[in-house]
Amino acid sequence: MSADHRKNLLFKALTCLAAVSVLGIVVGILAVILMESFPALKHFGIGAFLGGRDWNYTREIYGALRPLTGTVVSTGIALLAAVPLSLGTAVFLTEICPHRLRGAFGAAIELLAAIPSIIYGMWGLFVLAPFLDEWVQPAVGSALGGVPLIGSFFVTKSAGGVNLFSASLVLAVMIIPFITSIARDAFEQVPDVLKESSYALGATRWETVRKVVSAQSASAVGGGVIIAMGRALGETMAVAYVIGNRHASLDSLFSPYTTITSVIANEFNEAGGIQLSSLFTLALVLFIANFLALGVGRRLVKGKEK
Amino acid sequence: MPKVRGKRMMDLLTVNNLNFYYGSNKSLDGVTLPIRRNCVTSLIGPSGCGKTTLLRCFNRMHDLYPGNRYEGEIVMDGRNILDKGEDLITLRSSLGMVFQKPTPFPMSVFENIAYGLRLRKVRNTALLKEKVEKSLRQAALWEEVKDRLKESALGLSGGQQQRLVIARTLAVDPEAVLFDESTSALDPVSTQKIEDLMVELKKEVTIVAVTHNMQQAARISDYTALMYIGKLVEYDRTEIIFTKPKHKMTEEYVLGRFG
Repeated sequence: MSADHRKNLLFKALTCLAAVSVLGIVVGILAVILMESFPALKHFGIGAFLGGRDWNYTREIYGALRPLTGTVVSTGIALLAAVPLSLGTAVFLTEICPHRLRGAFGAAIELLAAIPSIIYGMWGLFVLAPFLDEWVQPAVGSALGGVPLIGSFFVTKSAGGVNLFSASLVLAVMIIPFITSIARDAFEQVPDVLKESSYALGATRWETVRKVVSAQSASAVGGGVIIAMGRALGETMAVAYVIGNRHASLDSLFSPYTTITSVIANEFNEAGGIQLSSLFTLALVLFIANFLALGVGRRLVKGKEK
Repeated sequence: MPKVRGKRMMDLLTVNNLNFYYGSNKSLDGVTLPIRRNCVTSLIGPSGCGKTTLLRCFNRMHDLYPGNRYEGEIVMDGRNILDKGEDLITLRSSLGMVFQKPTPFPMSVFENIAYGLRLRKVRNTALLKEKVEKSLRQAALWEEVKDRLKESALGLSGGQQQRLVIARTLAVDPEAVLFDESTSALDPVSTQKIEDLMVELKKEVTIVAVTHNMQQAARISDYTALMYIGKLVEYDRTEIIFTKPKHKMTEEYVLGRFG
């Protein structure tokens, strides 16, 4: 009896220790990032740092505006490309694909999520970037290059295909499996009888998906998109490979640029002093954005399941 | 021949020797019965007897799922609606369906009712408003929801939601409304309202109601069909089914001795 009791106490203590240590790691990481970013925040001020255009090693002035812009724009383009593809795939998988092919098709898409990000980076660098450079960029440039005001934004100014657009497309491919699988789960949660109610009123499959399935699953799908956005914001290796890492003004979609993650990955090893602290401050921004995205996204995904 | 023509006028649907298979499993076996216009026809029988399966043949709901097969015929306006070429969109909107549990769409009360009309590309706001009000009045729901047309239909009570679904079905001017145990999830007061509504509605549409509840079949229906293991046991005027049925099994079922 007393031995059992002691074992039980030990068991409780061990699980508690495990849980507390995980929490400790999170708190520890946050504490380190906060401490390390403090000098840069104090030196530049929050507003000046976030809005600062410069990333200048000789004058030791560091601002987050360009990496922030790169992260936001690349994530935005990735979502624009990935969301329609993912939703279309999810609709196909749940409503149109013959039942016996659904498993295989779904597994193939989940396999995309199992590919390590470095492989996406290699694919982006050796396959996608040269392809875009040769076939897509010239076409876009000649089609949109003449448009007043924004035309030059679509003109290729440096060769090789290593640029913001390539990085965005690699990101898009990487987040497709996440959006697809969350959207598929959300569509599957829509009760058959609700869809039947729509068919019983003379709706087609398309009308039922567009009006009833989408309304019923909107918040979960929105949550999935936000979670995928968090992943795109934080993705590092694949982006660092293909974005080109250039601190300059964003003159074209097809110019090399920089993001929060790629600048940290590239400079962290050799940085010191205020530059290192600036990199930590970028990390802090990313941490907060990711934390919010995951929190909001999860809540939306779970909310509808009840 | 005149007799046949007369029959066609009287019957909305004529089921002739209908077989239905879920995959290789035969769920309806040689069912033959008429569905009279402007009457309430109840389909009764123990669980698994095929009454819901039969109801779902009328609007070809089974076609949504693979591996289902019909044999025989269901004649409506002189054509067999089980034919491959049948236009299911038109068929389904002329034979509306109300399910066991209320199925409001996650949108406003107004948009729920307007759903079928918008599918038919009705865009005239005045016409939509008029049809929505008329349908809600027909479903005895107008007074309760007229001030909350823009609110979500999910906020209505269960009984109100079921009447909303009935109104949504009526909005597209169906010939018949098929009720699939539509009061079994409701409280007695809401059930009473829906039963009254069915009796009222038969002036304008034909009603077919699958029900577990024999008292309900006796109260509301003009004709009753008893089914058992995929077969039609007996079909007749409701008072005959409940007072002097021809089959022993019918008598035992309505007396509650089995089922």
